[in-house]
Amino acid sequence: MLEIKDLHAGFEGTEIVKGISLTVNKGEIHAIMGPNGSGKSTLSKILAGHPSYEAMGGTVTFMGKDLLELSPDQRALEGIFLGFQYPVEVPGVNNAEFLRMAYNAKMARQGKEELDPLDFDDILDEKMKLVGMDPKYKDRSLNEGFSGGEKKKNEILQMAVLQPKLAILDETDSGLDIDALRVVANGVNKLVNQDNAIILITHYQRLLEYVKPHYVHVLSKGKIVKSGDKSLALDLEAQGYDWLTPIPK
Amino acid sequence: MKTNTVPKPSVSEVLENKDDYKYGFTTDIESDVFLKGLDENVIRAISQKKNEPPFMLEFRLKAYRKWLTMKEPAWPNVKYPPIDYQNISYYAAPKARKKLESLDEVDPEILKTFEKLGIPLEEQKRLSNVAVDAVFDSVSVATTHKKKLMEHGIIFCPISEAVQEYPELVEEYLGTVVPVGDNFFAALNSAVFTDGSFVYIPPDTVSPMELSTYFRINTEETGQFERTLIICAENSYVSYLEGCTAPRFDTNQLHAAVVELVTLDNAEIKYSTVQNWYAGDKETGKGGIYNFVTKRGKCLGKNSKISWTQVETGSAITWKYPSCILMGDNSSGEFYSVALTNGHMQADTGTKMIHIGRNTRYSIISKGISADYSSNSYRGLVKVNKSAANARNYTQCDSMLVGEKCSAHTFPYIESANSTARLEHEASTSKISEEQLFYLESRGISRENAITAVISGFCKEVFKQLPMEFAVEAQKLLTLKLEDSVG
Repeated sequence: MLEIKDLHAGFEGTEIVKGISLTVNKGEIHAIMGPNGSGKSTLSKILAGHPSYEAMGGTVTFMGKDLLELSPDQRALEGIFLGFQYPVEVPGVNNAEFLRMAYNAKMARQGKEELDPLDFDDILDEKMKLVGMDPKYKDRSLNEGFSGGEKKKNEILQMAVLQPKLAILDETDSGLDIDALRVVANGVNKLVNQDNAIILITHYQRLLEYVKPHYVHVLSKGKIVKSGDKSLALDLEAQGYDWLTPIPK
Repeated sequence: MKTNTVPKPSVSEVLENKDDYKYGFTTDIESDVFLKGLDENVIRAISQKKNEPPFMLEFRLKAYRKWLTMKEPAWPNVKYPPIDYQNISYYAAPKARKKLESLDEVDPEILKTFEKLGIPLEEQKRLSNVAVDAVFDSVSVATTHKKKLMEHGIIFCPISEAVQEYPELVEEYLGTVVPVGDNFFAALNSAVFTDGSFVYIPPDTVSPMELSTYFRINTEETGQFERTLIICAENSYVSYLEGCTAPRFDTNQLHAAVVELVTLDNAEIKYSTVQNWYAGDKETGKGGIYNFVTKRGKCLGKNSKISWTQVETGSAITWKYPSCILMGDNSSGEFYSVALTNGHMQADTGTKMIHIGRNTRYSIISKGISADYSSNSYRGLVKVNKSAANARNYTQCDSMLVGEKCSAHTFPYIESANSTARLEHEASTSKISEEQLFYLESRGISRENAITAVISGFCKEVFKQLPMEFAVEAQKLLTLKLEDSVG
């Protein structure tokens, strides 16, 4: 599904990701862990097409297409979804209307009929139930004044509505108390199936107690320094990241 | 180095027309244009041309003499070279064969012009929900649905016609809201105005349709001085819309209009504007309309209401403060404004409200969007007279900046002489954020739709005041204008 080969990328000319290769197949859950500044967020942003980040070398192929050639909206329509670490507030844009706009963009791409607000409302109610979100958030402005937990739930709601092929969840667990974390993780688990894939980007191991990854990769200084199964996450929890840091030449 | 940013769609990919001002054409018709210059003879000639009763000539001359003693206001936050008032022609009119009895007699070239502008007058005749008065340069060329409105006792006609047909109404109200010597541009307008719309809604009448005027400047180096007077009698209601465009010229053109609204007891006027005059060249700032407009409403009757909604997207310079004088007890006013400036545009706009009656209320929602090199100022005066017990005023003033070289300013003035008044003012300034656009785009929403969503969200409280078709039009206009600036 996703094939990253020797990807170099950065921000304002500074290289942060320094040669990452990673293959993700459908049905897989990958966790990418690493300390602050290791390049986790840069990787997620470069995959989603954030305009401030630039690819400096390497290739990314998604479902046979050169991902780096596509604009952010085209990537989304191909089936990529980025769950934001800091979901953005957009005042005056109605949450339900926004979700319908995104849903209809996908319908249009697939040559299917776009839904009017009434028909979409049925879908939305069902998805909100799935992720445990209060229906009152339908009529609020997108993320405006939402608590940290509601913002993250709203990300998972968007994922539920759009049903991406590949979801990249960037620090979805950060800033959540244990109850909110459980709700969000439950939502993610309900969305996992054999046809999609998830990349969980996280600093801590605790999310992985609820969403079980097949693979864990440790990122340090822009490179994957170790890959393994979920026991690797436990080692990290016990020993920290220092032991994995490559020794400077 | 390969960048992650894929080229943004240009305007041309979004709209078939690469030009972002699609109204910049001129119409080639034979016009009756006065020689440039202004003196009492010119004013007498205008009055004669219009076959006006003596009170009108007196009104004009009084205004002219007053104007001679006045100076152009220097306080607005705008810069422009001095205007040579002798280098402007004060009258331009399409040559008419005779008085027009019906739309069929309007010069086909003019009909074509309005069709090109999206106001097909022929078709408007058949549309039942909007009546249109089309003003071309200095004269009204067509008014639709006059007969049907007349069945309800509603008068909707060019003001030049009203002066002939209903002189007593015109004499009673003209200049009572904006006196001839109110300000430099209003005095000039009062001296030389040539046409505009006149509306009278009789008591106990809700207008069965929206009334609208479409203003078109065509001739180069003429000023446009239109005058609108709307009177809404007891227990009546009318919603009125105006739209404006002008051709692309390298020279600046002066547009100094005056609009006066009067509401009697329990009456309500809703006045909406979408202004898209030519704003000058986006890169050089050359050309464009100087839009110096005085708009004011007087809530004369108790429980009466005036609501201004404006979407200002054009003009090289905008100087405009739609205002309300709240005289009647329990009367209320509203001002909803979106002012967009881009290129080298300068806008100094806002509102002025004078609380005189008891329990008067006013609310202001102003949204300024500045892009490119433009400057956008909000200027608002809230004045509470001693007599205005329990006056309430709420002002919310938000600015959005697009890019690094533009500016936004807020100048609020509050004068209160009554301690029972409750006045609130809120202001904010933000930048359109690439983060917001990226967030929406990352959900599969196209960049154009993302810009539209963010801007519409910012302007939501104002857009929802506009009639449906106007709101859609206004959103498209803003997106089109901002597409390049957001980049």
